[in-house]
Amino acid sequence: MNIATPPEKLTAKDYASDQEVRWCPGCGDYAIVRAMQKTLADLQAPMEKTVFISGIGCAARFPYYMSTYGFHTIHGRAASLATGVKLANPDLDIWVISGDGDSLSIGGNHLMHVLRRNVDLQYILFNNEIYGLTKGQYSPTSKIGTRSPSTPLGSVDSPLSATLYALGCGARFVARGIDSQVKSLPEVFKRAHAHRGASFVEIFQNCIVYNDGVFDQFTAKNVAADMQIVVEHGKPLIFGTDKDKGLRMKSGKIELEIVTIGKNGVTEADLMVHDETNKILATLLAQMEAPAYPVAIGVLYCDPAETYESAVHAQVEAEKKAHPSPNLNDLLNSAPTWTVE
Amino acid sequence: MEGSTAVAVEGTIREEVEDVVVRFAGDSGDGVQITGGQFTLTTALAGNDLSTFPDFPAEIRAPQGTTFGVSAFQIHFGSREIRTAGDAPDVLVALNPAALKVNVADLNKGGLIIVDTGAFTDRNLKKAGYEKNPLEDGSLDGFRLIAADITKNTLEAVKDHGLSQKEAVRCKNMYSLGLVYWLYGRDREPTTNWLNEKFGKRPEIANSNIAAVNAGHAFGETTEVSGETTAYFVAPAAIEPGLYRTITGIEAVSYGLIAGAQKAHLPITFAGYPITPASAILHTLSKLKQFDIVTFQAEDEIAAVCAALGGSYAGTLGVTASSGPGIALKTEAIGLAIAVELPLIVINVQRAGPSTGLPTKTEQSDLHQAVFGRNADSPLVVVAASTPADNFEVAIEVVRLATKYMTPVMLMTDGYLANASEPWKIPDADAIDEFPVEFHTDTKDFSPSHRDPETLARNWAIPGTPGLEHRIGGIEKSYDTGNISYDADNHQKMTDMRKNKIDRIANDIPDQEVTRGDDKGDVAVIGWGSTFGPLTRAVQKVRADGHKVSHIHIRHIWPMPKNLGSLLSNFKKVIVAELNTGQLITVIRSEYLVDAQGLNKISGQPFKVSEVEQAIRESLEK
Repeated sequence: MNIATPPEKLTAKDYASDQEVRWCPGCGDYAIVRAMQKTLADLQAPMEKTVFISGIGCAARFPYYMSTYGFHTIHGRAASLATGVKLANPDLDIWVISGDGDSLSIGGNHLMHVLRRNVDLQYILFNNEIYGLTKGQYSPTSKIGTRSPSTPLGSVDSPLSATLYALGCGARFVARGIDSQVKSLPEVFKRAHAHRGASFVEIFQNCIVYNDGVFDQFTAKNVAADMQIVVEHGKPLIFGTDKDKGLRMKSGKIELEIVTIGKNGVTEADLMVHDETNKILATLLAQMEAPAYPVAIGVLYCDPAETYESAVHAQVEAEKKAHPSPNLNDLLNSAPTWTVE
Repeated sequence: MEGSTAVAVEGTIREEVEDVVVRFAGDSGDGVQITGGQFTLTTALAGNDLSTFPDFPAEIRAPQGTTFGVSAFQIHFGSREIRTAGDAPDVLVALNPAALKVNVADLNKGGLIIVDTGAFTDRNLKKAGYEKNPLEDGSLDGFRLIAADITKNTLEAVKDHGLSQKEAVRCKNMYSLGLVYWLYGRDREPTTNWLNEKFGKRPEIANSNIAAVNAGHAFGETTEVSGETTAYFVAPAAIEPGLYRTITGIEAVSYGLIAGAQKAHLPITFAGYPITPASAILHTLSKLKQFDIVTFQAEDEIAAVCAALGGSYAGTLGVTASSGPGIALKTEAIGLAIAVELPLIVINVQRAGPSTGLPTKTEQSDLHQAVFGRNADSPLVVVAASTPADNFEVAIEVVRLATKYMTPVMLMTDGYLANASEPWKIPDADAIDEFPVEFHTDTKDFSPSHRDPETLARNWAIPGTPGLEHRIGGIEKSYDTGNISYDADNHQKMTDMRKNKIDRIANDIPDQEVTRGDDKGDVAVIGWGSTFGPLTRAVQKVRADGHKVSHIHIRHIWPMPKNLGSLLSNFKKVIVAELNTGQLITVIRSEYLVDAQGLNKISGQPFKVSEVEQAIRESLEK
């Protein structure tokens, strides 16, 4: 077997393939692919063990731009394919790349089950609240009233929250990021990578052609500090340009409220401290929407449990131990037999 | 029954018969299938050739006593070669009025009916739709009848073993089995052993059932002594010497997959979703994990095929199994497997359709789906099993073709083949040819698009291999580099390559042999799949009258054996017999321009030998 000798230290560039990137100029996907390449370089991820698996959509072209192994599959089914890959070879490090239509519409069932089973992989959902590759139809995350080629009078159905869905499906790791946050996005990816089990990351991704500015309410530079809260385990839930706003539980209710430090006798000690192992808190954080609340970014929930493929292989190994060196002839003869002379 | 004489066997005067068809029927909760399975085993041990046909309702526990809740198990056994489960029963065991009502019309004239009179209550008669008791109204005149209060006798036989009333009544299937054992002089010991093993933790149940078998047997002896009933003897059949067992199609296909994977030196990733009648493969393999098998019950049919394909991508043998409606759902992913050129085994245990259709009944109506049923020009390999045991060889063959040619392969079997069993001369697994897969590891000038010039199979480089990192996907790829290509000429080239790759497999499969008869003649009866038994028996019968009829049974449905066209041209007439409205026939006609005539049946039931025989004779007369 020939083994290619890797250079001393891999750089972000080494993780980029030689293929020309074909997303629209200005697409948020460019920043995400760069953040991913930086992440892998920071991790010095073994090229040959890293696999990107995608479904269909703009985001799904991602594997072609990475120099690792990659499989561009069919619409909505990346999670299922990835489950098979992980079951067949648990040593592989799998990233599933998907979009809001791919993950939450056609592939909603598979996303549910890959999270519920806790297959050890990273599931990155690029949410741009629109179908880009098919030219701009509204998606399951589009807000009511979204005007699109298929809803010229505005969409009438309620959108789905990707993170709430993930939590409801039993995901053990749920995080959020924003495409333009080139510094913090790799940190979110690294957390997702470090978590053993299905790690779900929703990235708010701007579609410059069909849904430009849809997240401006909380991502625009001038409002970001006041409309985002970056959550960190063990630290108080503080946000705002002056770091003077925070979240605490409303007295007598299961509800978060925004308070200002220094007003009405509120001190930092009154604020809720983020506990990423608390699913109820994660749910409350995931529920917060602009403009009434800041949008929670970072690791909302992380509470590891045994992974699916390790449990499956534990059974296989136990059976191999119980029946060492199984012989096919013994199996064929395992029923009552008789001899014809 | 064909032919009979009287013989003395171990002190009992028994009438010797060449072959017999027995059908056990009762409520779906009566343990009819278990009874049939036990009778099959002891019949095989007695040296008869045999064939079985379980026929059960779609409802797991339909309302008790109703006609739609009737479950049946038919066995045909004899001292000659037995190829079918038999056209019509000689003996019907009916454990309740509904079982009698559903099955009595099939019974041969003069046939024997064994009924449990204890079950012929007013309530049960009404549920079965009888206005009068058929045991009393003369409607069974012309049949012979053993009317025994099996329920009462069973309760009496097991009363000392401490079972509840409900558990005790459940032993009545074993009482009826004991009675039929006596009828054909069967050894009870294998069943005694089986009961002791099965109910090892509850000896009172094992002992009760054994007592019921013995009581049924004793009842037979008593009626024989009183001269009411005749006992029979079926001599052992002339069977090729060797070590035998009975095997169902499900067992055969499962073991064949294991054999194929071993010969390919691959672990198995099997992914399935519950569907009748294919689930049994998932159940079987789930119990055999020690053979390097990962089984995965997916969230749906699509996830199952995708996980199997993911398993192949990662370097194991990806296998999925379903039935027609499930295969329909898998179609897009099968297309992906064709596009990315990865091995994939797709097993279709066909059932009667369309849509949900008749899930527990058999049909061969998915041939067009297998050969043509995908978007675009998407050729793959289709191979069909013809008998329960044949599933073993066919499973090995599909693994060989899938891994050698980097292609999905569809294995066609059906509900009848899956559930039916036959005696099987156990092969020596060590004597089966190996076809080890060699993953690509050479990094020099590597491209995932490089292919073997002869087989056209692309190289198989699996994730985890250093230096061979590459991307594959469903978008058309450049023939030369494997990168995405929207080039018009390239698409033509890739489409031609995909077609050629599958066409060339015709050079790597055996020539079509004539299954029975000569390689030329007046009529060729062409079949595929589970119709093997009735077709070959019918041809045998017509040939016995001196007619030039041959049976040709096709295993390789796509591509077809390359001599098939010339072989068919040696016959004046070609009949294509299949359990659909005519699917293989359209393929044969279009491939070979043969003026074939169809013999078709779509009733959820197998062909009867007599139906096929009649069609052949009519064709000869025309």
